[in-house]
Amino acid sequence: MADTSVELRDLAKYHGATLAVDHLSLEVRSGEFFSILGPSGAGKTTTLRLVAGFERPDQGEILIEGRSMRHVPPNLRPVNLVFQTYALFPHMTVFDNVAFGLEMRRVSRSDLRSRASAALDMVKLSDKHDRHPSQLSGGEQQRVALARALVNRPAVVLLDEPLGALDQQLRQEMQVELKAIQKQVGITFICVTHHQEEALIMSDRVAVMDHGRVLQVGSPQEVYESPTTEFVARFIGLSNHLKGRIATLHDTTCTITAPDIPAAGSILIRRPPGAMEATRVMLLLRPERLHLSHNVHPGRFHNAVSARVDKVTYTGNEMQYLVRLSDSVLWKARLPNSGASQDRFRVGETVLLCWNADDGVILTE
Amino acid sequence: MLLWMGIFFILPLLVMLAVSFAGRGTYGGVEWTFSLTNYAQLFDPLYLRIYGRSLALALATTTLCLLLGYPLAYSIARAPVRWQGVWLLLVMIPFWTNFLVRTYAWMFILRTEGLMNQLLINLGVISQPIELLYSDWAILIGLVYGYVPFMVLPLYAAMERLDSSVVEAAWDLYATSWSVFWRVLLPLTKPGVVAGCILVFIPSLGAFITPDLLGGAKSMMVGNLIQHEYLVVRDWPLGSAISFSLMALVLLGVLAYFKTDGRLDRFEGGG
Amino acid sequence: MSRGRIWLLSASLVNLLFLYLPIAVLILFSFNASRLSATWQGFTFRWYLALVEDQALLAAVHNSLLVAAVSTSLATILGVSAAVGMERLSSRRRRIVEGALLLPLVIPEVMLGVALLLFFVMVELPLSLVTVTIGHVVWNVPIVAIITRARLQKLDPRLEEAALDLGATPWQAFRRVTLPLLTPAIIGAVLMAFTLSLDDFIVTFFTAGPGSTTLPLQVYSMVKSGVSPEINALSAILVLISMALIGLSLVLQRQRN
Repeated sequence: MADTSVELRDLAKYHGATLAVDHLSLEVRSGEFFSILGPSGAGKTTTLRLVAGFERPDQGEILIEGRSMRHVPPNLRPVNLVFQTYALFPHMTVFDNVAFGLEMRRVSRSDLRSRASAALDMVKLSDKHDRHPSQLSGGEQQRVALARALVNRPAVVLLDEPLGALDQQLRQEMQVELKAIQKQVGITFICVTHHQEEALIMSDRVAVMDHGRVLQVGSPQEVYESPTTEFVARFIGLSNHLKGRIATLHDTTCTITAPDIPAAGSILIRRPPGAMEATRVMLLLRPERLHLSHNVHPGRFHNAVSARVDKVTYTGNEMQYLVRLSDSVLWKARLPNSGASQDRFRVGETVLLCWNADDGVILTE
Repeated sequence: MLLWMGIFFILPLLVMLAVSFAGRGTYGGVEWTFSLTNYAQLFDPLYLRIYGRSLALALATTTLCLLLGYPLAYSIARAPVRWQGVWLLLVMIPFWTNFLVRTYAWMFILRTEGLMNQLLINLGVISQPIELLYSDWAILIGLVYGYVPFMVLPLYAAMERLDSSVVEAAWDLYATSWSVFWRVLLPLTKPGVVAGCILVFIPSLGAFITPDLLGGAKSMMVGNLIQHEYLVVRDWPLGSAISFSLMALVLLGVLAYFKTDGRLDRFEGGG
Repeated sequence: MSRGRIWLLSASLVNLLFLYLPIAVLILFSFNASRLSATWQGFTFRWYLALVEDQALLAAVHNSLLVAAVSTSLATILGVSAAVGMERLSSRRRRIVEGALLLPLVIPEVMLGVALLLFFVMVELPLSLVTVTIGHVVWNVPIVAIITRARLQKLDPRLEEAALDLGATPWQAFRRVTLPLLTPAIIGAVLMAFTLSLDDFIVTFFTAGPGSTTLPLQVYSMVKSGVSPEINALSAILVLISMALIGLSLVLQRQRN
């Protein structure tokens, strides 16, 4: 059990009549960076607040380092939360904020001073220790909130949308830094986010959550490459979909037929484990993996389907196309903006939509 | 607007200031001679005692209102939003009810033949009705009763603005309930506490109705003294001098609050 | 925390009980058949009927309503124009006016009462309903101004700029954009001023002359002569009126939203 840091057993929590957390079980390993990824309203924050102890589960149990947290109030739990709004004490200096937890646990004066200073060093804010939170930028406040949690050396640090309030550039910098700090201190991090890229970059493992349930747990690569449910697939960016049926099976691939686009014939796709002939499947494709061409079949692709361009959107670095494959099938395609005129397509034009067997995923229904 | 306030507010105060330095006329009028005798008279032990009583009652009222109002305001602010309106309404109704009526309610309860005496006799605490009315205690009850809403409303306003995750953060950082209150909640709601205390302290110090109805002739407060000098003794200069000393007391009280709270500006900058 | 929450809730309930029990007892005993006893002697409407026949009381009610109506109207005009005018002042001057506005609310009411009394006697203005009304306006102007200004400061200044941009004159912009947005605050202020004027005792006490007895003055003289069931009945009516006024202000606010 030593390498399990937090264990959730059949955890359930109602908010009024809605089940915010639906019989959830999870194990988070010691020292890992674990992310809970999901859309807003998925129950991620509630789960985090249950672990922190601000809410009591209606059912189930939380164990931290093997110890049941059932009757343990937040101030006695070995976890610290980095709040989404940071929740820094506005009436205290940066230093006093960071030292607060140590002070509450009656750490000796000299120990407190050295530990708080070390924590501020780690987040590179030593020179601002006597400022008040209102005098800091958003990114600096975020670092203080992090230092305030880390300084206590808790078993687990919980992060609620830690980078949500930061702008794009700062966000990307902090993703890397947060991960580096986590590796340096070796403390278990549980991070809640709705931002898939963020979760994939920072985490050792990711749990995708929706409607109070965990749909899939795995390494970023597993979740990204082999989603097991349609929701997960769509949430991590596989937004084009098509219904079909497996026609033939090969060693590593299979072909499917799709009645919605009869013109396509059979589509070659990577074979999922346990696939059987004649099963109904859902094909999912990433818009950025699709390729468009002017009616000439480029031989390097496994699949090519004729389609008509419905809409073109120029975003600077990218061209986004809405292409119609049949009356009921409309897909998105995102192509890098090469600047070359042969790579541009006009509304109404008939094009060939191409992709490889590895660019899509199929899910059995 | 400024003209109106100038004529009917600033000017009367200036006239009163002038009168407070004048002499008393033979038949109650004002004699325009400059003297400080009115202010010297204030140090008469009789008056000093009334001052002391007023100050003590006002401070006790403020303290009791704070002790009663703080938990109430906190539970209102932490209640579900749709209940907050109901709670606030419940606090507002007595606040909008005529002050005389609210004071009379306590006369009705505390009088010798009143309910409180009956209750105490039925409980066997006393055997004979005792005089509860016309005492400093009766005044204190009346003042607290009258001014609790003044305390609750600014406290609620301060707590409602408070980010509840700050309280949770303290709790998460190993603070006990007491530490959360003392180290986080109280400092962050201090502007509300100060506002509430000022709003209660000022009218309690200058109270007139409550001591007039619930206190006897023995328990005069400054407000009654002023009225007495003006309308009964008809010594306007002395009455004016007492008024200004009352105002000085109020301002002193308010200033003292702000003095002990020199960091107020910094809190307001936070958030 | 749950233990703390229970403690908190019970403290709050005790507090509410403290606020309501006296009023409830008062109203209950306004229906008590016995004049003197503090025990229940049966139900009656007698004391309410006695009120309706009390000529002095009815005259006082009339005076009160008149004073409240006139003083509220005056205070609203002065207070709203003060609040709007303040926006146009430089920040330093605005601070001075703000301070001046707060002053009537900060000084003890007794002092305001005697200062006005002294002033009216000095300028030989006979004490009457006119002096009472003036006194009420002094205290109500700041209230109206502060409530209106609080709302004004929350308004987005770009709204008025948008109106100007769309070709409105400054007066039209105020009339068509700012004023409608201020209306809920002004209604709230009017109700508050009206209630305070109806309830005011101290300033009235010092500035009223013969024949200008208002309702609170009448209540005071009744109370001074001792506890009686008629006062209980009158109190019950007054409590009801203030509840009705709060209800009215809530309904008006809800309609606005």
